[in-house]
Amino acid sequence: MARAARDARLHAWLLAPALAVFTAFWLLPLTRLAVVGWSGPQGLSAYFAVVTNAQYFRSLVSTVVLSLGVTAATLVVSGVAGLFLTRNEFPGKKVLLAMLTFPLAFPGVVVGFMVIMLAGRQGLIGDVSEWVLDERIVFAYSMAGLFTGYLYFSIPRVILTVMAAAEKLDSALEEAARSLGASPWRVVRDVIIPGLMPALVSAGAICFATSMGAFGTAFTLATKINVLPITIYTEFTNYANFSIAAALSIVLGVITWAALALARSLAGGTVSAAA
Amino acid sequence: MTTRRSKRFWIQLAFTLLVCGFLVVPVVLSVLAGLSENFFVGVKSGLTLRWVGEVWALYAETVYRSIGIALACLACTLVLGVPAAYVLASRQTRWTRAIEELLVLPVAVPGLATALALILFYGELRWFRQSWLFILVGHVLFTLPFMVRSVVAVMAAIDMKTLEEAAASLGASFRERFFGVILPNARPGILAGALMVVTLSIGEFNITWMLHTPLTKTLPVGLADSYASMRLEIGSAYTIVFFFMIIPLLVAMQYMSGAGARDKGERWKPAR
Repeated sequence: MARAARDARLHAWLLAPALAVFTAFWLLPLTRLAVVGWSGPQGLSAYFAVVTNAQYFRSLVSTVVLSLGVTAATLVVSGVAGLFLTRNEFPGKKVLLAMLTFPLAFPGVVVGFMVIMLAGRQGLIGDVSEWVLDERIVFAYSMAGLFTGYLYFSIPRVILTVMAAAEKLDSALEEAARSLGASPWRVVRDVIIPGLMPALVSAGAICFATSMGAFGTAFTLATKINVLPITIYTEFTNYANFSIAAALSIVLGVITWAALALARSLAGGTVSAAA
Repeated sequence: MTTRRSKRFWIQLAFTLLVCGFLVVPVVLSVLAGLSENFFVGVKSGLTLRWVGEVWALYAETVYRSIGIALACLACTLVLGVPAAYVLASRQTRWTRAIEELLVLPVAVPGLATALALILFYGELRWFRQSWLFILVGHVLFTLPFMVRSVVAVMAAIDMKTLEEAAASLGASFRERFFGVILPNARPGILAGALMVVTLSIGEFNITWMLHTPLTKTLPVGLADSYASMRLEIGSAYTIVFFFMIIPLLVAMQYMSGAGARDKGERWKPAR
């Protein structure tokens, strides 16, 4: 088949530029990063430092706990709101939807600033609490502030996923369950949640992976909060500890990639993280 | 649909409005802060464009640089991504799937890791390290998957093979088929991908923060800078500038997805 051979050659040429750029600027540098990870004074054990070194281990655990907490909270909040928005028509719904999706394009730094606006030293929560309780509540620059920020950038994304999935649900199943006497709660538990499961799993994985790797928000709120991306950043820039920074970022990359890959194999379809 | 709403409706509506408030209130606050004389006193201290003017004097070049990088990034992702997407859509083998997986890696792995890798690998090349091209490379890696995905999705939905064969049987060369048949049919995917690429590039921080130098600051880098070292009004005014830049992009995206949903029925469907 001369035609097939010609097609194959043509296709190879069309793919070549993208692959060349990817190899030169990502694959080779990342390979080097992995090598730098074990060529420090500690050797290969740099990769295990994240479990053997108490400080890095604490950083890993707090990042994982934070990301899991954010994922759970986001799924509940966005699940309720997304389901409500697909099931009900009311005036102003379009505007509401536009407002809910506006923050999608915010970089992490802007999200951090939004948290400062809410819970910072001159923030709204501080003003209100001072007025009501006579005491300024300020939590932007702590773990609670990070949680708020990660919730902020996760909610819009998950709402969109939930809405897309909920539109495809067969409402006849719910009708059937209801007519057989199921309570609203049982309809949610036994019909709606199982139907939304693939979407929830993939949205949850994206949310988890994004929170694990988020840097901008933590950077804006406080460079002293001990989450993994900040730890990597300080090791690299403040202590010039290249091998540890390299090893930790490879470990972090493997975690986020694995979370996405696992979710994809569970949920099917395409899962990828975003900013 | 009943006109009489149940109690559950109102509870859920209140909850959704609360969520919306959580997202929108800080945006409104920062816009007010950027426009008021003194945010600590409040809006009653008077509205002013003074802070926006100061931001422009301090940071205008970051805005121009971000736009320039975003457009250059768009050009790169078009040239690299559209041909690649064509191959990935027309050939569904183990190899092309593996390549698709590979190209997505810079999105699946935190930007910090990509940035460190680039610095360790190319940091010695002084001219490259100090130029805006270094940032461009990071942005292209990060946005390319979005362009490829978007174009592949549209190409998979149209019956590209039949269209191409029809054109080929009429004697069109590959170049004529690619530019005359494939690209026009893939236009919605290319447009959607382009909007995504520009929006992501303008807002990119995680990679850019590590790659920038004092002479190659982008808008988000400048934002982080102003949040850390300027008074709240300036940071807020700068954020308003950022909002102004992304709102048209978001509106265009919403319009595109609306238009896409409307003419879905008329689109070519695979004849299986």
